[in-house]
Amino acid sequence: MTKLLILIVVVLGILAVAQLARVYELTSRLRGKREEEISDSDNRFNARLMWIFLPVYFGFFIWLVVAYGDKMLPVAASEHGAETDWLLNFNWWILIIVFVLTNVLLFWFAGKYVYSKDRRAYWQPHNNKLELAWTVAPAAVLAVIIIYGLNTWADITSPASPEAVQVELYGRQFDWTARYPGADGNLGATDVRLINGTNPLGIVTRESVATRLAELGQEIAAGDSTLAHAILSDTKKDELTEQVARMRRHVQRIINLRTLMEHDIAEKGVASTYLHGADDVVIKEFHLPVRHEAKVLIRSQDVIHSAYIPHMRAQMNAVPGMTTLIKMTPTITTDSMRLITKNEAFDFILLCNKICGASHYNMQMPLVVTDAATYDEWYAEAITKPFQAPAEAPKPPVTPGDSAATPAAIVAQAQPSH
Amino acid sequence: MGATAHAHAAGHGHEAHHHEESFISKYIFSHDHKMISKQFLVTAIVMAWVAVIMSLLFRLQLAWPGESFAFSSFFLGEKWAPGGVLDPNMYLALVTIHGTIMVFFVLTGGLSGTFANLLIPLQLGARDMASGFINMLSYWFFFLSSVVMLASLFVEGGPASAGWTVYPPLSALPQAMPGSGAGMTLWLVSMTLFIASSLMGGLNYVATVLNLRTKGMKMTRMPLTMWAIFLTAVIGILSFPVLLSAALLLLLDRSLGTSFYLSDIYIAGEALDNTGGSPILFQHLFWFLGHPEVYIVILPAFGITSEIISTNARKPIFGYRAMIGSLIAIAFLSFIVWGHHMFVTGMNPFLGSVFVFTTLLIAIPSAVKVFNYITTLWRGNIVFTPAMLFSTGLVATFIAGGLTGIILADSALDINIHDTYFVIAHFHIVMGMSAIFGMFAGIYHWFPKMYGKMMNTKLGYAHFWITFVCAFGVFFPMHFIGLAGAPRRYYSYSEFPMFDGVVDLNILVTVFAIIGALAQVIFTYNFFYSVFRGPKAVQNPWKSNTLEWTTPVEHIHGNWPGPLPVVHRWPYDYSKPGKAEDWVSQITPLEEGEEEH
Repeated sequence: MTKLLILIVVVLGILAVAQLARVYELTSRLRGKREEEISDSDNRFNARLMWIFLPVYFGFFIWLVVAYGDKMLPVAASEHGAETDWLLNFNWWILIIVFVLTNVLLFWFAGKYVYSKDRRAYWQPHNNKLELAWTVAPAAVLAVIIIYGLNTWADITSPASPEAVQVELYGRQFDWTARYPGADGNLGATDVRLINGTNPLGIVTRESVATRLAELGQEIAAGDSTLAHAILSDTKKDELTEQVARMRRHVQRIINLRTLMEHDIAEKGVASTYLHGADDVVIKEFHLPVRHEAKVLIRSQDVIHSAYIPHMRAQMNAVPGMTTLIKMTPTITTDSMRLITKNEAFDFILLCNKICGASHYNMQMPLVVTDAATYDEWYAEAITKPFQAPAEAPKPPVTPGDSAATPAAIVAQAQPSH
Repeated sequence: MGATAHAHAAGHGHEAHHHEESFISKYIFSHDHKMISKQFLVTAIVMAWVAVIMSLLFRLQLAWPGESFAFSSFFLGEKWAPGGVLDPNMYLALVTIHGTIMVFFVLTGGLSGTFANLLIPLQLGARDMASGFINMLSYWFFFLSSVVMLASLFVEGGPASAGWTVYPPLSALPQAMPGSGAGMTLWLVSMTLFIASSLMGGLNYVATVLNLRTKGMKMTRMPLTMWAIFLTAVIGILSFPVLLSAALLLLLDRSLGTSFYLSDIYIAGEALDNTGGSPILFQHLFWFLGHPEVYIVILPAFGITSEIISTNARKPIFGYRAMIGSLIAIAFLSFIVWGHHMFVTGMNPFLGSVFVFTTLLIAIPSAVKVFNYITTLWRGNIVFTPAMLFSTGLVATFIAGGLTGIILADSALDINIHDTYFVIAHFHIVMGMSAIFGMFAGIYHWFPKMYGKMMNTKLGYAHFWITFVCAFGVFFPMHFIGLAGAPRRYYSYSEFPMFDGVVDLNILVTVFAIIGALAQVIFTYNFFYSVFRGPKAVQNPWKSNTLEWTTPVEHIHGNWPGPLPVVHRWPYDYSKPGKAEDWVSQITPLEEGEEEH
C-alpha cells in the first residue's frame, strides 16, 4: 500500500513538472523566445550539471566498491580460479585507468567548452598523428590482454591428467545427479532410452538392456490391448497409437544397441565401455578431494543446463546429446572455506546457470570438498549404497584435522605465483 | 501516389503529381518515406512502453520477491500473478518478451526504421526511397509482426519464455515449459515477419544510398549518419537470413518431428525419438545474426551521435575518414565474433581462442570512435540541446559498457561471469542505453523535420538528466550482483544464502528503474503534445549543414519543391575559418581557392 502511495506521489510530481513546463512554454512564447534558441543560462546550467555528474558518477562507483566489495565471491577455491582472479584484477586495473581518463576528458570538455556567441570553435577536422597514436595504443594494450587471456584459457582447457578423479554431473529439470566410476575406474556407456525408475541415467549394462526391453514389451502389450478393447475418444486413441509406435521404435533401437554392445564386448573384452557401467555409483551428492585434479563430465537429460560452481570459477553447459567437460583442482576444503568466510553454514554450490524452466532458480547441489582421506572414506561408503531416490543432501561433516589451518594460510596457498 | 522516386528524379516537375490524397493513402498505406518513418517511430514507442512495463513487473519481483503488488495484478490478472505475486513461468515470459521487443522492435525496427527512412532521401538529396512500395510493405510487415508478438501474450500457455535467445531444446519442446507451446510458435511467426520487414527495408536502404545520391554527394561527402545506416543495412541483409533459417529449422523440429537441434532427450517421463541433432547448431546460427545484431542496434546510434555532436559542438567531427574506417571495421568484424557467446557451451576451446582474438580486435575501432567524439568536444562551442545531451550520454554509456566487454570477451574470465548479472549490466549499458540514447538524440534533433514542430526543451532536459542518472543507477549495481556470482533469469535469489549480501542492491536497482520509467512519461507527453500543439519549427533550427534542413518545413512529396539540391562540400564545415557564419550548408559552392577540408 505504501508503495502504491509512493507511486501516486511520483506520478503527481511528474504531472506537476509537465504543467510547469507548459507554463514556461506559454510565457516564453509570449516573450517571443523560440525553442531552438538555447539560452546562455540553459547552456551553463547543463554544462555545470556535466561537471557535477562526473564526481557523482565516480562517487557511486566508489561507494559500490566500498559497500559491496567484500560481498563479492570469496577467494577462488580452485587452481585455475586463482589464476583467473589474478587475470581479472589485472584487467580491472587497465580498464579502470581508461574508464577514469576517458570520462574525465568527456565530462570536463562537455562542461568547459560551453557555447558563447563571441567565440568560434577550433577548426580541426583531423590530425593523423593523433589518430594513429590512439589506434596503436589500444592495439598494444589489447595485445597484452589477449596474450595473458589466451595463455590462461589454454591452461584451463588443456586435457585432464589420467590420474584425475572422474565424476559425471547429470542435469535435468530441476536437479543434479552425480555419477562416480566404480572399482574399475571407468564410467559406463549410457543411452537415454534405458532410463527408468531404477536407472535414472540410462546406464547401459546387459541387465539394464534386458530389463528395459521387458518393460517396453509389457507396456506395448498393455497399449495394444487398450487400443483393441477399451472405448476411447479419437484424440486419446491417436495419442496412444503414437505412443505405442514410439515404444516400438525404442525397442528397435535398444535391440540395435544390444547388438553393438555384444560386438564391442566380444572385440574388446573387459575394456569395453559396456562393461563399465554395472558398478557405477549414482548419487545425489557431489564430493571432491582437495588438491587433486578432477575431471567433471557434464550431461543433460532434457534441455540445456549449465553447471556453474562460482566459488571454483568453473562453468560449463550441460547439453542434451553431448558430453562436456570441466577440469579443475579444488584448493580449499569446505571446512577451510567456512573459516575463511566466517560462516558455519557455508557450502560450495553447484547451480544451474542456463534458463531451463520454471524452477531454474532453484536447481542446486552442494559440492563438498574434503581432504583425500575423508573423500576416500566417503567414496568407499558411497560405492556400497545402491542408488536412492532424491533425498535431502546431508551437510558435509567437519573434519577435525583441517580446522587447525588458519584462513590466511589457506588463502596464501591458493594464490597464484605471478 | 505510386509515382516512384525514379519518376520524380526523371526531371518532370513533381508538382504535376500533386493531387488530393485520401486519408488511407496519406496516413496508412503511405509510400512516402517521411510518413513511413513516423509510422515506425510511433509503433516503436508503443512497443517500448510494453517492454518497459514488463521490466517493471519483473523488477518488482526481483526487489521484493514474493510480495503482492496491485501493479502486477492489474497487468497480469489472477492467472499470471495469483494474489499479486508474479508467477515463475510468467517471470521467464516477461524477461523473454522484454528482450525480444527491446532488441528487435525498438532498437532495430524502431531505430533503423525511423531514421533510415527519414534521413536517407533527405540527407542524400533523393525524392524518396528506391522503392516506395517495398518501403511501405516493410512497415506493414513490421506492424503485423508487432501485432503477432503482442497477440502471443494472450495465448493459453503464455508467450515464449525460453529467453530472447530461444535456445532449443527448451524452446522446441512444449513439455519443457508452458511458454514453449503456442506462444513460441507465434514468436517464431512474428520473427519471420520481422525478418522479412528488415530485409525489405535493408535492401531499399542499400539501393537508395548506392543509386539515388544527388549530384555532388560522393560517398566521401555523406554525413556519418548515412554511412552508419548504410553499413547497418548491409549487416542486416547478410545476417538476418541466417536467423530466418534458424527459426525455420526450429519450426520444423517443433512441428514436423525433425531433429536439427534435438538429440537423446528424455522429458516428461518418456524418451523422445530424436537423435543426431545438436542444440549447439542453433546457437551458431542464432549468434551469427545475434552478434551482428548488436551492431545493427548501435551503428545507427553512432551515426546519429556523430551528426549531433558535430552540429552542436559547432565543430567538424574529428577524423571523418577514421570514423568511416572504424564503422567499416566494426561492420566487418561483427561477422567473425559470434562465438564469444558460446565459450562455455562445449565449443572447441581452440575455436574459442580465435573468437577471443577477433572480439578484442573490435575494441580498437570502438576506442577510435570514443576518442574522436571526445576530441570533437575539445575546444568546441557546445550548445546543449536535449539531442546534444543524449549524444554526450551515449558516449558515456558506451565507455562504461564497452570496457566491461573486454572482460567478457576474454574467454578465461567469461567462464565465471557468463550468464551472470555482469552480462546483463554490460549489454544493457553498451547496447541498450547507448542505442536508446542515440534514438532519443535523433528524435529530439529531427523532430522539427518529422513534424514541423518543436519539442519542449526544458522537458527534454528533465527527461535526459533523470534518464541518465537512472541508467547508471539501474545497471551499474548489476555488475556487482554479477561478480557475486548471481545468475541471470532467476525468479528469486532467496534459495541461495550466498547471494544474501547483494540482494538488497536489487531494491536500489528497482527504485531507479521505476524513476527511470516515469521519466519516459515526460518524454511521451512531450512527444505527443508537441506533435499536435508544439510551436511551429523553422526550416533549419539547429543551423545544420546537411541537406534535410534545406527542405521546406511542410512535408511535400519529392522533398524539394524545385530541382534537387547540388552538393559542393562535406557536411562538417562548422566554424570554418574565413566564413561569416559558424556553419556552411552542403549546397554552398566552394569559394575560389577554398579547400574542402
